[in-house]
Amino acid sequence: MSKIDPEAVAEQAAETGQLSEGDEGTDRNVGAPRPRKEDAKLITGQTNWTDNIQLPGMLHMAIVRSPMAHARITRVDVSAAKQQPGVVAAYSGADLADEYTGLPCAWPVTADMVSPTHLPIATDKVRYVGDAVAVVVARDRYAAADALESVDVEYEPLPAVVDMEQALRDEVLVHDDAGTNRCFTWPFSGGDVEQAFAEADVVVKRRFLQQRLIPTAIEPRAVVVAPIAAADEYTLYSATQIPHILRLLVAGVTGIPEHKLRVVAPDVGGGFGSKLNVYAEEAIALVVARRLGRPLKWTESRSEGYQATIHGRDQIQDLELAATGDGRLLGFKVDLKADMGAYLQLVTPGVPILGAFMFPAIYKMDAYSFSCTGVFTTKTPTDAYRGAGRPEATFAIERMMDELAAELGMDPIELRRRNWITHEEFPYETVAGLTYDSGNYEAATDKAESAFGYAELRAEQKQRRESGDPVQLGIGISTYTEMCGLAPSRVLGSLSYGAGGWETASIRMLPSGKVEVVTGTSPHGQGHVTSWSQIAADVLGVPFDDVDVRHGDTAVAHSGLDSYGSRSLVVGGIAVHKAAERVIEKAKRIAAHMLEADEGDVEFADGRFSVRGSPDVSKTIQDVALAVFAAHDMPDGVEPNLDSECTFDPENFSFPHGTHLCAVEVDTETGHVGIRSYVAVDDVGRVVNPMIVEGQVHGGLAQGIAQALFEEAVYDPDGNLVTGSLVDYYVPGAPDLPEFTTDRTETPATSNPLGVKGVGEAGTIASTPAVVNAVVDALRHLGVDDVRMPCSPERVWRAIHRGGGGNGDGRAASAAQVTTSQSVVGGRQ
Amino acid sequence: MIPAAFDYVRASSVEEAIAALAEHGDEAKVLAGGHSLLPLMRLRLAYPSVVVDIGRIDALRGVREDAEMLAIGAMTTHAAVVADPLVREHCGVLSAATGQVGDRQVRNRGTIGGALAHGDAAGDLPAVVAALEAELVVQGPGGRRTVAARDFFVDYLETALAADEVLVEIRVPKLDHGWGYDYQKFNRVAQAWAIVGSCAVVRRENGRIAEARVGLTNMGSVPVRATATESALAGAAVDPDALRSAAEQAAEGTEPPSDLNAQPDYRRHLARVLTRRALERAAGG
Repeated sequence: MSKIDPEAVAEQAAETGQLSEGDEGTDRNVGAPRPRKEDAKLITGQTNWTDNIQLPGMLHMAIVRSPMAHARITRVDVSAAKQQPGVVAAYSGADLADEYTGLPCAWPVTADMVSPTHLPIATDKVRYVGDAVAVVVARDRYAAADALESVDVEYEPLPAVVDMEQALRDEVLVHDDAGTNRCFTWPFSGGDVEQAFAEADVVVKRRFLQQRLIPTAIEPRAVVVAPIAAADEYTLYSATQIPHILRLLVAGVTGIPEHKLRVVAPDVGGGFGSKLNVYAEEAIALVVARRLGRPLKWTESRSEGYQATIHGRDQIQDLELAATGDGRLLGFKVDLKADMGAYLQLVTPGVPILGAFMFPAIYKMDAYSFSCTGVFTTKTPTDAYRGAGRPEATFAIERMMDELAAELGMDPIELRRRNWITHEEFPYETVAGLTYDSGNYEAATDKAESAFGYAELRAEQKQRRESGDPVQLGIGISTYTEMCGLAPSRVLGSLSYGAGGWETASIRMLPSGKVEVVTGTSPHGQGHVTSWSQIAADVLGVPFDDVDVRHGDTAVAHSGLDSYGSRSLVVGGIAVHKAAERVIEKAKRIAAHMLEADEGDVEFADGRFSVRGSPDVSKTIQDVALAVFAAHDMPDGVEPNLDSECTFDPENFSFPHGTHLCAVEVDTETGHVGIRSYVAVDDVGRVVNPMIVEGQVHGGLAQGIAQALFEEAVYDPDGNLVTGSLVDYYVPGAPDLPEFTTDRTETPATSNPLGVKGVGEAGTIASTPAVVNAVVDALRHLGVDDVRMPCSPERVWRAIHRGGGGNGDGRAASAAQVTTSQSVVGGRQ
Repeated sequence: MIPAAFDYVRASSVEEAIAALAEHGDEAKVLAGGHSLLPLMRLRLAYPSVVVDIGRIDALRGVREDAEMLAIGAMTTHAAVVADPLVREHCGVLSAATGQVGDRQVRNRGTIGGALAHGDAAGDLPAVVAALEAELVVQGPGGRRTVAARDFFVDYLETALAADEVLVEIRVPKLDHGWGYDYQKFNRVAQAWAIVGSCAVVRRENGRIAEARVGLTNMGSVPVRATATESALAGAAVDPDALRSAAEQAAEGTEPPSDLNAQPDYRRHLARVLTRRALERAAGG
């Protein structure tokens, strides 16, 4: 289907037996395309964005940011700014240095990792364009913005270092004390790699660049702090994905005791990882509000956010894939350089490590080696961006599979078929040490191939090549699997991550029989209110509309680990399911008492407790809730409440997978790439709400295609962000994207009771390599074996006209440094 | 981003606008839709102390016939130009090209006069009015004068408008008999500026090309005419080879800019390809 149409989804669900007549009631909400409860307020503008919050006496904060990528700060004078109309206070970094510690990095991936101090406001040096150097507080945001220009900052410029390989020469140090720009090197291997390569008939060697991306959530970041000075208590409202983690960590940064700090993530408009952080502005706002004893607000502008909110990707991948002459994979060597940017944010160094386990993907191979070096540069810090390490890994293996297929003269689907884990082989321990619990790559691929019309498109491609059509057709394939459901706490511990991976849920049965679900997840667009309602309604036997979900406020959900990494359903949704089961378990004892029956004889179905064999005599769950409220006649030793809690810590990750096929038309005269058709068959396990899944896939595809064709954060040699606004940073819109054909296979996960796997990142992971493989496939007969992302028209055109291993780079002169030092080594062995 | 403080004057007549401009000189900027000016102000790249809004002057809106010309009020929105039946009937190329300006929101607010007076050679309309050899009517304290399109665009973001003048009307020829047209816009995403655009209008007579005019978008600091191509086509037969070889000269004499989207050699190449395609459609050959 091409659009998200509830009726069409319902129809499809009915056809596949997920939803049948009569399901509108209390049963079987899971699997039904329930319209999202969140949407009415979103589309009528009644949303509580952080920037909408108005508090009496609220002040407005604005940040003076460095216009230089690298410079020593010799003087910061805020006195003139303080004289500006409406200005209440202004502070340099030194003025606030006693108020906080550095910002945290929660993932020291190696014992010797360089973890430099990251003060919210720089005091000694600025290290990227956008680094904070002072803060101004005024009565309105206009006065604050005007006063920024009155802050006098003197800089002693230092050379920028924007290229990772240049940075590793340590000629310019981002952090002087560290003595090196190398943050860490993290090695990992499985099997005997040298032997695998020694046995190989073919070795394909490539360098791919994962360009830097800017997440661009539709809602910019915003922070509001409401202090109660007399009690030294604070409420921090933030457009964040992680209110719980933020509370713990920003309490540590500011010295505010955790129990005196409430963190609220109101309605949050997208994140994609960019709001999975503890940001300077959150700490600054808290300490300035503490000093002034007044509420204040900060909201970033889009171009400010482009500098001061984390970026994603930015890796150099050196890859070698070894195989036998008949296409059996033997070994894979992966050597990464990952750009940390100027500082480590919350999980910056962990992002490429998350990818480390996914390079072998769905394939069997004898040996695998991985090494990643994190590098400091004078650029905006990187951190998790939709997929976080896994899109990079999938891109690498899937591009390499196409290159190997070309080398062997083999159909790329056939090559994959020869190597993937077959459905009979699950559970399967991969060469990277993960145990994939389930999957059916054959089924997903078969379905995709037939929906795509693979054979017909290959025939058309051949015809166009033969006729020399100026518009060439290319076919790209990408299979993928990813590890979702972050994460088993013990695994995170083994990877030196600073927290666990459990999630909490509680169920509050209200006297009227209505239900409040409290979740530790923190949705920012995913629709948890709807999906958790579906899960709880089915277990509790109450109508879908009788359930509401509370989230994103540490005063309401005191415990949780928030939303990122496709974890919410697989961990938090399961916690809801189990908490609801606990309600029924307890309610059954009470119902037995009410029915004067033995608990063992009481059955629960369709919201009713009855005694086996006497279905006419029953008590509804609502009857039980009211009886518990009155508490006039409880069974002995049973407390009068029907509330429950669950903290769920998964045993294993979940492993969604799928096969995506993309056909592109490349105008060889102009280099323009148009996507003609796109088929995505995803297996995300059991589906709770097919309409939400569809939405996640569509959005993910758009973001992955954006990396393939449109988006790139470009720095010039002086460290200026050239693509500093939406004018130059091309986020595609609906006119730039094709109609998507989406379908599913459903192989339940075995690691959780619902069989769910997670869908938040699937589309993003698979689509980038599918599109680039298609572009290269369209041009391979012209001697092209790579086009660097994004495959802009100029790069494609240059690739065609250079032929051979052209990387199709066509940077402007201003970015020439990036061009020359990162040029692609496309040679074959 | 928040612009620096400024005063706002809403002019109810052209005369009032001119008086305000005369009073404030270089400190004033005309607001004519705002889709170029406001972003510059928000980025604090423009700091006018006075903004003179001419968007509510009714006399500057609408399209009328004037003998062999169409006279388009400068404050006619892009959306109104696209929808106007006179423009569609007599000057389809303007309708077609205007329909590719920005996105729907821009077209609903932005105006033809604002787009031209901004003087951005990367905008679509400057090249189109250049190809149309439109006349731009400007009004100042001393009255009205008419400036030919080729003289209107002086340099990057610089036009022949004096600080106290307002562009009031755009006069385009009716292309009624034997004319064909096309505007080829090539960009990265739908709402982005053209990397290169080519606007061709061609008049056929007795199976031959009597006259061809080609305006190029984003191939220099001002919109440029592909004069070598135009000369090569005068009197030429309508056949693909003639069009192709004429289009090969489209970039002659141009000095295209270099930016993230394109280096000059690629821009010249695109100008040739897009001009060929525009000519093929405009000549109907």
